[in-house]
Amino acid sequence: MAFEGLADRLQQAMKNIRGKGKVSEADVKQMTREVRLALLEADVNFKVVKSFVKTVEARAVGQDVLKSLTPGQQVIKVVQEELTALMGGEQTKINFALKPPTILLFVGLQGAGKTTSAAKLAQYLRKTHNKKPLMIAADIYRPAAIKQLQTLGAQLKIPVFSMGDKVNPVEIVRQGLAQAAADHHDLILIDTAGRLHIDDNLMEELEQIKTISHPDEIFLVVDAMTGQDAVNVASSFHERLGLTGVIMTKLDGDTRGGAALSIRAVTGTPIKFVGMGEKMDALEPFHPDRMASRILGMGDVLSLIEKAQASFDEDKAREMEKKMRDVSFTLDDFLDQIGQVRNMGPLDDLLAMMPGANKLKGMKNLSIDEKKIDQVEAIIRSMTPSEKNDPEIINASRRKRIALGSGTSIADVNRLLKQFKDMKKMMKQFMGQAKGKKRKNPFNMPFM
Amino acid sequence: MSFFSKIKNKITGQTEAATEKFRTGMARTRNSFSEKMNNLVKRYRKVDEEFFEELEDILIESDVGVTTVMDLVEKLKDEARTRNIKDSQQLKDVIVEVLSDFLAKSKEETALRINPHGLTVMLMVGVNGAGKTTTIGKLANRLKSEGKNVLLAAADTFRAGAIEQLQVWGDRTGIDVIRHQEGSDPAAVIYDAVQAAKSRGVDVLLCDTAGRLQNKVNLMNELGKIKRVIEREVPGAPQEVLLVLDATTGQNALNQAKLFRQTSDVTGIVLTKLDGTAKGGIVLGIRHEMDIPVKLVGLGEQVNDLQPFNADAFIYGLFAELFSESEDDPS
Repeated sequence: MAFEGLADRLQQAMKNIRGKGKVSEADVKQMTREVRLALLEADVNFKVVKSFVKTVEARAVGQDVLKSLTPGQQVIKVVQEELTALMGGEQTKINFALKPPTILLFVGLQGAGKTTSAAKLAQYLRKTHNKKPLMIAADIYRPAAIKQLQTLGAQLKIPVFSMGDKVNPVEIVRQGLAQAAADHHDLILIDTAGRLHIDDNLMEELEQIKTISHPDEIFLVVDAMTGQDAVNVASSFHERLGLTGVIMTKLDGDTRGGAALSIRAVTGTPIKFVGMGEKMDALEPFHPDRMASRILGMGDVLSLIEKAQASFDEDKAREMEKKMRDVSFTLDDFLDQIGQVRNMGPLDDLLAMMPGANKLKGMKNLSIDEKKIDQVEAIIRSMTPSEKNDPEIINASRRKRIALGSGTSIADVNRLLKQFKDMKKMMKQFMGQAKGKKRKNPFNMPFM
Repeated sequence: MSFFSKIKNKITGQTEAATEKFRTGMARTRNSFSEKMNNLVKRYRKVDEEFFEELEDILIESDVGVTTVMDLVEKLKDEARTRNIKDSQQLKDVIVEVLSDFLAKSKEETALRINPHGLTVMLMVGVNGAGKTTTIGKLANRLKSEGKNVLLAAADTFRAGAIEQLQVWGDRTGIDVIRHQEGSDPAAVIYDAVQAAKSRGVDVLLCDTAGRLQNKVNLMNELGKIKRVIEREVPGAPQEVLLVLDATTGQNALNQAKLFRQTSDVTGIVLTKLDGTAKGGIVLGIRHEMDIPVKLVGLGEQVNDLQPFNADAFIYGLFAELFSESEDDPS
């Protein structure tokens, strides 16, 4: 739930302004003070914060706000716009080589997540762009770093080129490129060792790798939890190598991730991808505008919709809609739905994207227990087809059998049956009301 | 005698080598920090509101954290008022004194807790990429050179290559590693390691764990389970649960400290990667807001660059140049 803290703070800061008819200069001062504190606590570089606050102040106290009908909203809009602008406006896409292969170079400090990001991106681009990737293991310094890339490669069935840890990384890259050409790979990812931006020798090594490989993208991999130093790190790497993009990792933590704001503002290098989890598909394109909305607690509806589109089967959805309309929705369909929603990723993440979700009381600490959902699935799977079609026939002895079969208690089975009944009842009412009006949403689940 | 001379004297009593490590390891940190401080002092001869505002920025830029900075600057203002300090040169000493107070206000033992009569178990915890495995390798080497019989437990069964990484450290230091397959239950690895440690009469068992973000409830629960296994099998253990913290981390380090303490009763902090340009100011924040002492500091990539934390030496490393300038150049 990245940035959640920042969203909370800014919302708090704006509460006072929201209800008012007019915004006084003092109000704006008070709000920008809060914004400043919130951004600093979010690890946004203090220089960036200063200029940001000045811009907001100038625009907020200016005429467009005071003359507007809803000044509070206007201020929020200003903050959001400036935040989006600060993070780079539009989303930036990956630069593919006009003539293949496309070569991607991964650099960064120790422990930022280069190896993991390289593997994630290789599989992402294979999936989205139908590429044939090769990963080159050029980290000869950290113990077992090569082994790590090889293991990930084996998991994802992506070949890894390595020459052990006794050969100079520049030489490894040289031969790796030759290998890639021979095997007709159109995407090459070079994983390098983590290094300090002030380590002259190792930075020179990177310069040499750059010279011989002519990368199309040089990605700086940055830990989202990085503090004020992010700016120094990013500008050092940028000066020596000319970065083309940034990958922010570990953004699924509770960090406020202010480094994302500062790196872009100070180096002008766009953030292209974010790491959102430990699974190999937990890499997403970075959307500055959406992230700004998310910071302000307006929810990330676009990401949610996109996720839904990617994982929902359209025909099935249509069929489901029909079933809901004539209330022939069975437990089997319900099981199907659970599966589809789960395809979209961890439910916690989905919740975080819903507008206003972090405003609901108690929502902040709510974490959906995926085990409970496993339980629901187990219970339904322990039913016979006729039971699933007509839950009414489930009597006491059937309940007992289902509980035994699913490793749950009779109370659990009862709860589920009752919830399902309620849900159907609600659907009926809803359908009655909404007939011909709005499309309903299929997200009504007993465990939410 | 100025405050720095006092610290200096205190340190000369200690091993030269350790102090030197701090000096060289923190050279960059110190340079950038004291450079700014000196600039500040040069630009503002007078101690006024503007001076304090600038000082605030310097501290914030060192990741000290807004809350701590506010308290710190308040304190400095008070000191300046009561001592009637108007000249910024003089305030330098006060700044150092107050910072040291922040770091050493509680006199906790920053030394590692070792059970003198049997098995000591230490558990390394932390977020991904903080440097847990590397710290274990270095610490194992250190303990072995002190004549201890050490054993390692490879309970990071999740990350690809993590077991092999610890094995390399085991091979380098000639220390056995208890390991299972990748993907196996970490608590089972720990159980086996504890049994092995007991039957082999080992002095110190160092347990590596998988990196986990502190907001992942299930993973944090797993950590609680690991700790319970140790508690059940060895009364009084683990003697140390060390939170490994990357010095480049910003304010999220406070969350890390808080949540890891909740699930695994963190007893100390290892601050790694302090040899970069990161100022490690979060140490001040953590000391200020929590009672967890910093116990070890990573000052470089070499095997003996892991040093016991020493608040005085830390400050000395941070301000050495500031100090020598004010002594040599009384203008």
